[in-house]
Amino acid sequence: MTTIESPQDFLARARAQVLDQGVGLNQDDVLGVLQLGDEWVPDVLALAHDVRMKWCGPTVEVEGIVSLKTGGCPEDCHFCSQSGQFASPVRAVWLDIPSLVEAAKETALTGATEFCIVAAVRGPDKKLMDQIGQAVKAINEAVEINISCSLGMLTPEQAHELSAMGVHRYNHNLETARSYFTNVVTTHTWDERWETLRLVHAEGMEVCCGGIVGLGETLEQRAEFAVQLAELNPAEVPLNFLNPRPGTPFGDLEVMDGKEALRTIAAFRLALPHTILRFAGGRELTLGDLGAQQGMLGGINAVIVGNYLTTLGRPAAADIDMLLELNMPIKSLTKTL
Amino acid sequence: MVVKEEFCTQCGGELEGSHAECAQAAELSPPRYCGECGRRMQVQVTPLHWQARCSVHGEIVG
Repeated sequence: MTTIESPQDFLARARAQVLDQGVGLNQDDVLGVLQLGDEWVPDVLALAHDVRMKWCGPTVEVEGIVSLKTGGCPEDCHFCSQSGQFASPVRAVWLDIPSLVEAAKETALTGATEFCIVAAVRGPDKKLMDQIGQAVKAINEAVEINISCSLGMLTPEQAHELSAMGVHRYNHNLETARSYFTNVVTTHTWDERWETLRLVHAEGMEVCCGGIVGLGETLEQRAEFAVQLAELNPAEVPLNFLNPRPGTPFGDLEVMDGKEALRTIAAFRLALPHTILRFAGGRELTLGDLGAQQGMLGGINAVIVGNYLTTLGRPAAADIDMLLELNMPIKSLTKTL
Repeated sequence: MVVKEEFCTQCGGELEGSHAECAQAAELSPPRYCGECGRRMQVQVTPLHWQARCSVHGEIVG
């Protein structure tokens, strides 16, 4: 938004660019959205919803996520209760393959078409890669669902191996703006993460890359993050809101205000008009039930159903009922294959 | 058998005084400490369930 432009004119210009042409906003204009007054939130959400409907369609992609290896991570992501570097109550534990298959079957019964297997590691070792191979095979034999993985930083060989296993999408979040990353993680760099995403893309897997807002970044840095994601052109962006976890360095940060969260959703949709924008962790705390509906009508077109990796979400049935109420059909597997 | 819990399953502290914040946190967080002995438990969360295991007092599920 330029200094002489009214919010009304700014939104009209954004409409012409993003809705009519499908071109995402640049960093200054994403910042303009993030800086809109509360009275403009309904208008910008309505625009973001129109953009989502035009460029992504009415369906909602539903996904379940599960932690194969919980806790004991050597990295120091300051928001994460699974880091072994902090005095978090989360203990290290592995999920066995039969339990993983059962979780995939239960997830599919909710209507979900995506099942993401996550491990709290810097990157996979041979043992983990072998387990993923067994898990993918066992899940594919038991249930029809797309399998994604999130296993940290990959080597070119590992990216190739995962692609050959049939993993169709790989999640690796950049987490925050490049300029703020060292305030969040010191054990690896933003550029190392970017390199893994490049490998994922090169191997033909869909790129899933998002992050967490409310980590103490400025609005300028949040806008920077949105356009950095747009530059990556990911198939999916999971949008998390910080849920401050006890024992972590960010455990005492404030939960983001609901209006700010809604502005952020709209801003990310207007930066990424064609991307699957997924409601991920923290929405229960930040937005509650009403805010979740507003988010679904403000640019979101995917949800994580049920629980997260270490915390609990809304009951799966509550989200499915919400989608029914909003007349938003769940994306079917046939359309995603 | 009804077992009397003596420890907060969220913070692991003794159940004396207020644990209002812990009770609020429990809405979005599975138990992390055993209510009987206060030991940190191994907790596995899946999309629709969770299970928490104390090395002494066994498993609870939700």
